[in-house]
Amino acid sequence: MDKIINPSRRAFLKTGTTLGVGLTLAFYLPVGGAARMKAGQGTDKPFAPNAFIRIAPDDTVTVIVKHLEMGQGVNTGLPTLVAEELDVPWEKIRVETAPADAKLYNNLLWGPMQGTGGSTAMANSFEQLRRAGATARAMLIAAAADNWKVDTNTLVTLDGMVLHRPSGRKASYGQLAEKAATMPQPAEVALKSPQDFKYIGKQFKRTDSKAKSNGSAQFASDVRLPGQLTALLARPSVFGARLRRVQTERAKAVPGVRAVVEVPQGVAVIATDFWSAKKGRDALQIEWDESGGARVSTTEQRDQYLALLNQPGKVARSEGDAAQALAQAAKKLEATFEFPYLAHAPMEPLSCVVQLKDSGCEIWAGSQSQTSDQATAAQILGIKPEQVKIHTLLAGGSFGRRANPASDYIAEAVSVAKATRDLSAPIHLMWTREDDIRGGYYRPMFVHAISAGLDAQGNPVAWNQRLVGQSIAAGTAFEGGLVKDGIDMTSVEGASNLAYAIPNLHVELHSPKLGVPVLWWRSVGHTHTAFSTEIFIDELAAAAGKDPYAFRRTLIQHPRLNGVLELAATKAGWGTPLAPKSGVRRGRGIAVHESFNSFVAEVAEVSVKPDGSFSVDRVICAVDCGIAVNPDQVRAQMEGGIGFGLSAALHSAITLKAGRVEQSNFHDYPLLRISEMPRVEVHIVPSQAAPTGVGEPGVPPLAPAVANALFAATGKRLRKLPFETSELRSA
Amino acid sequence: MIPIIVNGTPRSVDATPDTPLLWVLRDNLGLTGTKFGCGMAQCGACTVHLNGAPVRACMTPVSAAAGQKITTIEGAQGKAVKALQDAWVKLDVPQCGYCQSGQIMSAAALLAGNPQPTDADIDTALDGNLCRCATYQRIRAAVHQAARTMRG
Ligand code: FES
Ligand code: FES
Repeated sequence: MDKIINPSRRAFLKTGTTLGVGLTLAFYLPVGGAARMKAGQGTDKPFAPNAFIRIAPDDTVTVIVKHLEMGQGVNTGLPTLVAEELDVPWEKIRVETAPADAKLYNNLLWGPMQGTGGSTAMANSFEQLRRAGATARAMLIAAAADNWKVDTNTLVTLDGMVLHRPSGRKASYGQLAEKAATMPQPAEVALKSPQDFKYIGKQFKRTDSKAKSNGSAQFASDVRLPGQLTALLARPSVFGARLRRVQTERAKAVPGVRAVVEVPQGVAVIATDFWSAKKGRDALQIEWDESGGARVSTTEQRDQYLALLNQPGKVARSEGDAAQALAQAAKKLEATFEFPYLAHAPMEPLSCVVQLKDSGCEIWAGSQSQTSDQATAAQILGIKPEQVKIHTLLAGGSFGRRANPASDYIAEAVSVAKATRDLSAPIHLMWTREDDIRGGYYRPMFVHAISAGLDAQGNPVAWNQRLVGQSIAAGTAFEGGLVKDGIDMTSVEGASNLAYAIPNLHVELHSPKLGVPVLWWRSVGHTHTAFSTEIFIDELAAAAGKDPYAFRRTLIQHPRLNGVLELAATKAGWGTPLAPKSGVRRGRGIAVHESFNSFVAEVAEVSVKPDGSFSVDRVICAVDCGIAVNPDQVRAQMEGGIGFGLSAALHSAITLKAGRVEQSNFHDYPLLRISEMPRVEVHIVPSQAAPTGVGEPGVPPLAPAVANALFAATGKRLRKLPFETSELRSA
Repeated sequence: MIPIIVNGTPRSVDATPDTPLLWVLRDNLGLTGTKFGCGMAQCGACTVHLNGAPVRACMTPVSAAAGQKITTIEGAQGKAVKALQDAWVKLDVPQCGYCQSGQIMSAAALLAGNPQPTDADIDTALDGNLCRCATYQRIRAAVHQAARTMRG
């Protein structure tokens, strides 16, 4: 195996690292984990920036996290893996975000691209970071062995120390770090077996809770560079419209406004501060040429989508002969489901800072896809990607919004910086909430139709589903990987792989092209496929006269899916009556869904008032995500996913009229409030399987579980999101 | 120039009178712990205390705060704030964390007037503070925990 070259002080300084010389390790494990990149090739740049771990003389261990912390806890979960194998106390762990690097910090599950999404951070890192930790530990042991002239077999580690028990000698990792960096890197390291885990599966506090409770946590909107100016952008009135003319005099007359520039994305007002920029933007008089724009109206779009449900689409899956089996079925059911466009609405509106330099450009952002943002910036500036340095900051929520293959807000900010190069100022592009709600890149609007048949015994024999909605991946860098034979797998995931054993299954897709930009939104296709399939299964159970839980139980073959179903049902007391409450109709509903290789079942309990308004009182959630590296954070993600799913189910819809988005802020795009938050109980299935994601899988089962509970309470099926409570009025 | 007292320190800020206090804090004074979420008093991310009472800084013109005492998350002190921050850390309330300055400022105002709030009291006091990560269940638990700490 290759030698690790002693990192020089110069090399660290070159990479902007200020901590002292220490042990730096780098690994590159492509999918499959066989090949290992040579650490520290060449001599001029021996380590930088190849690193996941840095050990300083003061014994602190810095874990370099290549994924974006956007609330899901990567800055806690990923260091846990290192702490485990390196055997270092939690309070010595520090976290640093990695610079953008498609080779070194790529998402192993995505290919040569750095990014956070698809609930992949833990699945990607479980082996990679443990191996990094174990290798570092082996080299620290080797260093001590060399110092003390003893055999490595006689040495052990404990809480950041190497011990030689026979002689009582010991040395801290910090003391050994410099020497360890000169030791050969072992070709193979043994990883701990799960029964020896001291950190994984235990409760460890988030590394960022304190900073996030005292106002010191730094988000992209908090960056303050010397001389920085704030930019707000006036964007087209409808998606795809072009600037016809703009009068800028009034805007330029606003105190604090420094410049008004046209950029490909619109007209930017640059000012000393947000408020001046906002007033300047309000003062612009702009005429847009809407002739090439998407003058979409949701009502017409809905009619067109519903019409497409009657036409054959592209076949996503076909087993047996669903049409014939349906024709011969003893009982037939059909239903239509509707889903609106949804905005991500992260609490922190989009923002980033761009500073042009002679050497290239630096960007401060809470980026979910650093290397594509890097490439976009480079292209606009006509420089090489490696000349674009990205500082990844905490993101105030994202839910997919900052993983835009089009890098929209980054491109805007870089364009503004380019157009104002003569100001020599860092440009802080800020979005308002209105910009966010109206800015597109929505969860696509969808309609589904499902028809199914039962035999005389109430067993489902045919399932026919047709989906209509825009493709997210088409036309992006992800098209090659995600679109096969015209089927965007993110449109049909959760439907084409229906978990129920039905002999004749047929799924078709229409992917109409529209000018409304769409994007992945926390749990992507599962946001709609779990809803339609889990409600329709409930409908089939009712038609068969069977209990919805028992009906699912017999039709699901996957043991882990059945495992969470059973756990949620048991913990919820399925089959026992709900305590009655005066003046309300109560009901319990269940739903189960696999997404991102994790399995989640949820039971919702609702109380419905005579006017149809209702509360979700309690949600019992069971999750199987393999080894729960940090069980409390798994619970946190389930709680959050349930709240996120409920927000959409109760409130959220983006609609358009003549191309204009009708909503603009939280008064007409409401989010879940604390008074609407149910009591959530999360139960984790013990598992020895490799960990899978938890950021998204809590979302999909929530809305169907609530809809099924509402049916149990009222006998009414709500198949459209957000729910229309007027339909639940009692007589 | 408009005089305001921020976290106990008299400041004089160069801003037009209509400038929302939020942007004076964030842009003129560099106090970025107070967050922008909506700009129309819908989300509570910008919650600060004006003479001890919670206000939405995004809808409070700086002129309305002239000469008055403003407390932001950076300067928030006292038993309630300390107890809340400890409880927030203990229960790992934050996810993305962006809303949490505002949550704590609203919760501190609640505890100042109600040492033993019920779930319903908490829901009422914090209903104006959105959390897109839906950390609401832990917020409730942490407010209870802080209240217990304060009662000793
Ligand atoms: S930013 Fe002030 S309430 Fe939202
Ligand atoms: S923690 Fe993310 S918005 Fe509240």
